[in-house]
Amino acid sequence: MTPLRDLVTGVRSKNAGPFWVTIDVFCRQDGSFADLCRRVDTAQVAALFQVDEAALLRFDMADLDVIKFSLPRPNVQGTRMDRDMHGASFAQLLAEMPVS
Amino acid sequence: MASTVLIPSGALGLGFSADALARGVAAGADVIAIDGGSTDSGPHYLGTGTSKYARARTKAEWGQIMAARAQLGVPLIIGTAGTCGADSAVDWLVDITRDLAQDRGERLKICTVKSNQPAQRVKAALAAGRIQALAPEQPLDDALLDQCTNIVALAGVEQIQHALNTGADIIIAGRTTDTAVIAAHPIAQGADVGAAWHGAKIGECGALATTHPASGVIAISFDDTGFTITPMADGAQATPRTVSAHMLYENSNPFVLYEPGGHLDVTGAKYSALDDKTVRVEGSAWVATHPYTVKLEGARLAGYQTLSHVLVRDAKYVARIDEWLAKVRAGFLRDHPDFDTATCSIEFRVVGQSATLGELETRRAALHEVGIITVVTAPTQAQATDIARALNPALLHLPLEDGEPMPTFAFPFSPAETERGAIYEFCLNHTMALDDPLQAFAFEELEVGP
Repeated sequence: MTPLRDLVTGVRSKNAGPFWVTIDVFCRQDGSFADLCRRVDTAQVAALFQVDEAALLRFDMADLDVIKFSLPRPNVQGTRMDRDMHGASFAQLLAEMPVS
Repeated sequence: MASTVLIPSGALGLGFSADALARGVAAGADVIAIDGGSTDSGPHYLGTGTSKYARARTKAEWGQIMAARAQLGVPLIIGTAGTCGADSAVDWLVDITRDLAQDRGERLKICTVKSNQPAQRVKAALAAGRIQALAPEQPLDDALLDQCTNIVALAGVEQIQHALNTGADIIIAGRTTDTAVIAAHPIAQGADVGAAWHGAKIGECGALATTHPASGVIAISFDDTGFTITPMADGAQATPRTVSAHMLYENSNPFVLYEPGGHLDVTGAKYSALDDKTVRVEGSAWVATHPYTVKLEGARLAGYQTLSHVLVRDAKYVARIDEWLAKVRAGFLRDHPDFDTATCSIEFRVVGQSATLGELETRRAALHEVGIITVVTAPTQAQATDIARALNPALLHLPLEDGEPMPTFAFPFSPAETERGAIYEFCLNHTMALDDPLQAFAFEELEVGP
């Protein structure tokens, strides 16, 4: 098992409006994209973010070598229980996810 | 007919390269367009109807952009004025503009576009079935609408075009989609509508779609088949990859973007390099939808908060921090049986452990120090501060075990409590159908300057 971070060039996350957060995984431009897409398991990502798999959007963008995930925020931006106004830290969680 | 839009920055207040702006002016443009805000900094700004950025900083940047406008002799458009785009924020920027016009000795025509929605209008639309929830669905009823301190509708190109048609030198619009301020003029000039919206999305963050994101200034030329993006900063490059990758940014769906009156679909877009810094894009599609809808945003008061910070450096307490905080909480609840959990809350956010991710946190590392942010929320400021003060003796001295010498923990500030004031929350994620795009917006023409 390898942390996703060690297999890609970068992971970033940001709000997509107050109700969604979106996470972009920038993969290496070395032909490894298709293989990595197979190894990154959507169900595992949904479990990581504690969201229903049906609510997790995933886009595998071969033109950009990017895997993109979008999910409803666990806490709406800026509500009392929200801790991350811009959704910055979701990327770290995904970057540390072990990939087989 | 072509239209070139000069975009000084991703938002007024973020800064830009003055040299790049000068280069953009020298290159020529038909309009200058800039975004003035977004929801991205949270609900406080819409809740209070105020700007995130300081007046002085805003005035300095706006003055530079007004000077560029005067040199070019073209309209200047700003949307979502004053971060949130509430009517009060439009008035704030008008006041700054009035000062600058006086300082600069310029007589200017201004047209304002106001986006605030009276709760009664939205209630009537709700009763008429003209409000639709977006995913994830948020509950909505008349009582919630009455609680909102500001409700705004996001204007699109039609409202900006109406303001342009007044012949105004400067258009100061309230809440507007980030893209509409850029797309309005090209669409009015007959540019391809899909290209106009797509180019506007690429340009709405200024130079973020280039190799020099902080330089701010770009120009986008729109015509009847596509658009061409040119960064203005020395050394900045737009490449097919930097441009196409910008569709990822702050978009839950990188191919489809919903806007007032329809949506943009970039599935068929082709990106090509014209040279080493300029990119051409064609093939984006606009899909008009009926009825015409605008997105609503609203913020309501969610209580008052007081914070208290304590730092724990004692190894025994760091290792058993959850146990200690549970003891602090239990002691408080034992001594305050009237504490109303329905309206008041106490949260301990342990910095170093899970303050960022909360229950989503997957790591647990050995620490030598933790910080605790105590967040007290209550219906009034006085109640929140009273609760935070009542917690203070335990946060300062509570021992883990009976009989051990009284410990003392580090408080970095005096007073220990910091009042945060009112807190707000976003509470609308809905669209409202309109018979006429202009009907929910107010337009006013003003003249400023000597």
